[in-house]
Amino acid sequence: MSDDEKRVDDVTGIETTGHSYDGIEELNTPLPKWWLWTFYLTCIWGVIYTIAYPAWPLINSATAGLLGYSTRAEVAADIAAHEEQNAPLVEELLEIELASLDLGGDLARYSTQRGAAVFRAHCSQCHGAGAAGAVGYPNLLDDDWLWGGALESIAYTVRHGIRNETDWDAHYSEMPAYGEILTEEEIVAVVEHVETLFAGGPANALGAQIFEENCAACHGEAGLGDPEIGAPNIADAIWLYGGDRDTLIETVTHARFGVMPAWGQRISEEDVRAVAIYVHGLGGGE
Amino acid sequence: MSTSTPLYADREPIFPRRVKGVFRTLKWWIMGITLSIYYLTPWIRWDRGPNLPDQAVLLDLANRRFYFFWIEIWPHEFYFVAGLLIMAGIGLFLFTSALGRVWCGYTCPQTVWTDLFILTERWVEGDRNARVRLWNADWSFRKLRLRMTKWTIWLLIAVATGGAWVFYFADAPTLARDLVTLQAHPVAYSSVGILTATTFIFGGFMREQVCIYMCPWPRIQAAMMDPETITVGYREWRGEPRGKHRKAEGADQLGDCIDCNACVAVCPMGIDIRDGQQLECITCALCIDACDDVMDKIGKDRGLIDYLALSDETAERSGAAPRAVWQHVLRPRTVLYSVAWGLMGVALIYGLFIRPEIDMTVAAVRNPTFVTLSDGSIRNTYDVRLRNKHGEERPFRVALTGAPDLRVQVEGTPYDTVNVPADNTMLQRVHVVAPRGSVSALGDRIEVRLWVEDISNGERAHADTTFNGQGG
Repeated sequence: MSDDEKRVDDVTGIETTGHSYDGIEELNTPLPKWWLWTFYLTCIWGVIYTIAYPAWPLINSATAGLLGYSTRAEVAADIAAHEEQNAPLVEELLEIELASLDLGGDLARYSTQRGAAVFRAHCSQCHGAGAAGAVGYPNLLDDDWLWGGALESIAYTVRHGIRNETDWDAHYSEMPAYGEILTEEEIVAVVEHVETLFAGGPANALGAQIFEENCAACHGEAGLGDPEIGAPNIADAIWLYGGDRDTLIETVTHARFGVMPAWGQRISEEDVRAVAIYVHGLGGGE
Repeated sequence: MSTSTPLYADREPIFPRRVKGVFRTLKWWIMGITLSIYYLTPWIRWDRGPNLPDQAVLLDLANRRFYFFWIEIWPHEFYFVAGLLIMAGIGLFLFTSALGRVWCGYTCPQTVWTDLFILTERWVEGDRNARVRLWNADWSFRKLRLRMTKWTIWLLIAVATGGAWVFYFADAPTLARDLVTLQAHPVAYSSVGILTATTFIFGGFMREQVCIYMCPWPRIQAAMMDPETITVGYREWRGEPRGKHRKAEGADQLGDCIDCNACVAVCPMGIDIRDGQQLECITCALCIDACDDVMDKIGKDRGLIDYLALSDETAERSGAAPRAVWQHVLRPRTVLYSVAWGLMGVALIYGLFIRPEIDMTVAAVRNPTFVTLSDGSIRNTYDVRLRNKHGEERPFRVALTGAPDLRVQVEGTPYDTVNVPADNTMLQRVHVVAPRGSVSALGDRIEVRLWVEDISNGERAHADTTFNGQGG
């Protein structure tokens, strides 16, 4: 490349830039004026834009812009618009008898979505994001319910909680610690009897007798439990703390005392109902 | 730095003269057809049943559907649109390598609308000479009146152009009524406004500046053309030396070009084709019409300016006949473009015909992988998306193959059947249960296939997934 010679091109009559690349020269064709004006206009537009909208960075924030626009405000407006749109559904949700809810209808669909959000925020810490629970924290996907799996029952449990000290209407039941009542041999016998309730197998006469005298009052003679008093069904495949013999002996010896907060004191009634509808729809609702 | 060349230059105004001829007639026809297609297409009705729009061509962005007569494109089928764009691209390559900038000269919207605007201009202000006089005249009532008339008509055309655009994106009759009664969405008005402005400015004032400075296509085209490309050119060997004085002394030394400047006067790009091929030339062929007219008048053969290939120059100069058109057109590059274009087209048409009307996708719920029910059975849950492209609600039956001991249950029903709404994709939870003690319940993970069948016509779709037993 050389800068030495600017000359007028013979064919076009336009001056060259004087740049020559392997003998190929470059015409210095003038740009159109409108192009220049367009460039100026975009500069002016850019300045106006940064004045109208949030743009210039300051130390802790940025200029707000004369139009007062912010994405946060836009989201807030979106949320407000949705809430206004959903207001009739929320009103209906608060008034409806849950037992008469149309499970395929708009209200159920809205409540399920709302309940899913509530569940993730407040319930997933114990019951898991997938609602599968953990040892001591019930699995909400199955068809086994300690305090009842109908919509009203689930809503009551969520609202008032279980064995907490803040809500007088909380579910309450207490199994005695049989380690203070029965001998170790008797406990093993009754556990052996309980094992036959679901799995079948040879009967344990002593265990059956002890079961009838001590356990049947709450769990029922067949061990089917009673959701009215929170007595678990111990004749099914589902165990909250584990169904192996050692765990069962431990449960009978020391008893269990699961606690759940009264969510009615922490979240709104529409959220209580929505999360009940969500949990009911997870696959085990009655 | 030299001061002889200014950095910026004003636009040189161009006043194309009226011309008659074969190519001008062809261009009128193409203008009529393309403008009719553009303005009228949104108004064509097409009955698709009660649940679907009855507009033949509709880009329904809100509902994410493209409608083109009997074809309906869903978002997951966007490859059809991509394929059409690729075909359009290869088609341009093909035409450019064979016939030069034929797209630019005849069908480009910039050319068509500029042509329409120049037609209006001529109708209001007169032909070339009158327009030059008016341009140079001082402002007067007459000049103001003519300018205002011209601009008003341009603006009406521009509004109609911007207005027609939005009809492709919504039901045209409804939107037309909403636009007139000021009920339409602001986006509709701003779209109309922007397109009105661009049409008015590009067609009325920018014209050839758009082609020369704004459009990337002229620059790309240079790579598509070669000496075999048939394009508008000047037979220099025949025309030169040019001269006006036919009857003067030494006239027999002159070529056929009488230097009448007719080709320059009619050129909408303001160039002289006799300078050879140049970037500005859009090959509109109006100079051919102009020159042929002059050749007829002076009793010479037509074709001093003509569609010709560069490779024929040497042959013609030595008196040999040029090669036939098909010999120019048929060469490896055009064959390759044609094959690529054809393959793409065949693939798209094939894809269109094998496109299923129903479809399903399955996402297994993996948190948790399985649930034990109180009777000891093992349940897996799947999020199934059922797609029904029909114009009416259809009953879909869900079934499973791969393990005989598994039972399907559609959530919310005691059965295996669900109604999927018309033209919709429905998210449906499906439970699959293995009875207590069964092979699948006790086993590890197994491969299964979920099926969906449209009960009304037996059409099926399937998706593979897995079932997790306790052992997994």
